[in-house]
Amino acid sequence: MSASAQTSGPAIETAGLVKTFGVTRALDGVDLVVPAGTVYGLLGPNGAGKTTAVRILATLLRPDGGEAHVFGHDVVHAADEVRGRVSLTGQYASVDEDLTGTENLILLGRLLGHHRKAARDRAAQLLDAFGLAEAAGKQVKHYSGGMRRRIDIAASILNTPDLLFLDEPTTGLDPRSRNQVWDIVRAVVAQGTTVLLTTQYLDEADKLASRIAVIDKGRVIAEGTKGELKASVGAGSVHLRLREARQRPDAERVLRTALLAEVQREPDPLALTARLVARSATAADQAARALGELTRAGITVDNFSLGQPSLDEVFLALTGHATGHRDGTGRDPGGPGTGPGTKEGEVPA
Amino acid sequence: MSTAASTESRELTPVSAESLAALLVAGKRPPRPGSLSTSLTFGWRAVLKIKHVPEQLFDVTAFPIMNLLMFTYLFGGALAGSPGDYIQYVLPGILVMSVVMITMYTGVSVNTDIEKGVFDRFRSLPIWRPSAMVGYLLGDALRYTIASVVMLTVGLILGYRPGGGPGGVIAGIALLLVFSFALSWIWTMFGLLLRTEKSVMSVSMMVIFPLTFLSNVFVDPKTMPGWLQVFVNNSPITHLATGVRGLMAGEWPAHDIAWSLGWAALFLLVFGPVTMRLYNRK
Repeated sequence: MSASAQTSGPAIETAGLVKTFGVTRALDGVDLVVPAGTVYGLLGPNGAGKTTAVRILATLLRPDGGEAHVFGHDVVHAADEVRGRVSLTGQYASVDEDLTGTENLILLGRLLGHHRKAARDRAAQLLDAFGLAEAAGKQVKHYSGGMRRRIDIAASILNTPDLLFLDEPTTGLDPRSRNQVWDIVRAVVAQGTTVLLTTQYLDEADKLASRIAVIDKGRVIAEGTKGELKASVGAGSVHLRLREARQRPDAERVLRTALLAEVQREPDPLALTARLVARSATAADQAARALGELTRAGITVDNFSLGQPSLDEVFLALTGHATGHRDGTGRDPGGPGTGPGTKEGEVPA
Repeated sequence: MSTAASTESRELTPVSAESLAALLVAGKRPPRPGSLSTSLTFGWRAVLKIKHVPEQLFDVTAFPIMNLLMFTYLFGGALAGSPGDYIQYVLPGILVMSVVMITMYTGVSVNTDIEKGVFDRFRSLPIWRPSAMVGYLLGDALRYTIASVVMLTVGLILGYRPGGGPGGVIAGIALLLVFSFALSWIWTMFGLLLRTEKSVMSVSMMVIFPLTFLSNVFVDPKTMPGWLQVFVNNSPITHLATGVRGLMAGEWPAHDIAWSLGWAALFLLVFGPVTMRLYNRK
């Protein structure tokens, strides 16, 4: 509304955002402040409310309660202002699968007000920059997963948006394609666009986002910089596999004293997991010391690995329940193709 | 919905940050386009879809020809003495019936299309809201035109001679197109309201079959029972068929033209807003 609201202040500000689908409270009072010019990660399992939040902020859903502002504009009452400044890349390809890559980009270019020639030029440049020139004339339904994500993001930056929503941009991609999407996101942010990234993967949020909100059952259960979040969760975990099962109690004791950490017995009688606590020594140093202590105690370790805290561990630490063992609502309500009240479903780790 | 990733194995070239940066900087925002421009762009999208799947034109070519041949030769001898005489009466009627029947495919395509992710993008664009729907109907208007031309061509071969000449024929088709455009908003509403393609289809059938058959498309209503005449004489399809028939015969059936346009306006004013309300909430 006011000019100042557009130049300063946060990109997104929500207060007490509520959205219900039938009996499911998809959002249960969400407060968020996303600073402009950064990548903000919204981290949570399927059904946590991430997509619902994004859809409200992108003016696709009306909240049932609370308020949301994007660059100072109310998403309900000034929806058109918001739409002029945001772009959405959904969980499912937000391009027309029946049209070719070129046709999709020209279509959107025209809808955004480019003249015929300008739309065509821009489409060609984008396809070129995204390495899709060869597939330009093919229908998008014949694209691979990685190519779809690219054309999707290309469509989102046709007019450089001030705020880009990326809803699980790498779900279902192979590691190489994931890395490439991350590179694109970094390039977009470097040009001053704010990105709201939703993800189920801690490492993705870790690599891209400067601030992270962890969301579960429609509520923000933790928020902060990466460092703050990790400190609250722990620094990672050490997994080890012994040669002999009878040495496990000894190993457990050694680890507990060496690391001052919680040690868990795995179902495998040879395996142990120790959750590291964040402290001045790095996770690697702690692990190295633990290994040394084990050797000194005459315990043979066959296999040893150091893991980042997984999303499950973050959840366990923050909520006391794991992501997979809760009453979920299946997929995020609000996504296309899912109605409210989807049956309890599998939540992949 | 995941199609086989046929090209997955081939490696994609990495995206270079420099070329991307240059593009992002170059991306100046043009002024927002008007409602006509965005509607036409969505119409273009509909045409592209026809281009990619030309088989979908089957329903606007084969189906009307089949109707025309079937009814002309089935009823012609009995109702008008000969198929040649009957076609003078029935062609405009079958034209109306076929095009009105084709309109219901609009609902089906809206229903299947709207669930796709691309609609999230369309609905998050700063454009005139109804343009996506209007675009559908513009694309469909093209389909109706194709159907009309196909039927007239076949009709002319079978011996139909419009008294109004090309002018009358074009005027008749124009009236039919305006009516069909307005009528289609009923189907867009059902397309958004109902959950499955099948239910859209069956509800549309329930409306369209009685509406088109209980009219003066095939026969003069004079021989019908009184209560039916009341219905038939006031049916929008009867007004439309009489209007189109008159225009093509070189007459000016002002009364029926006015009624047809009146019905069209009513459909548009009632079902247009309902469709848009559903579209915005979807």
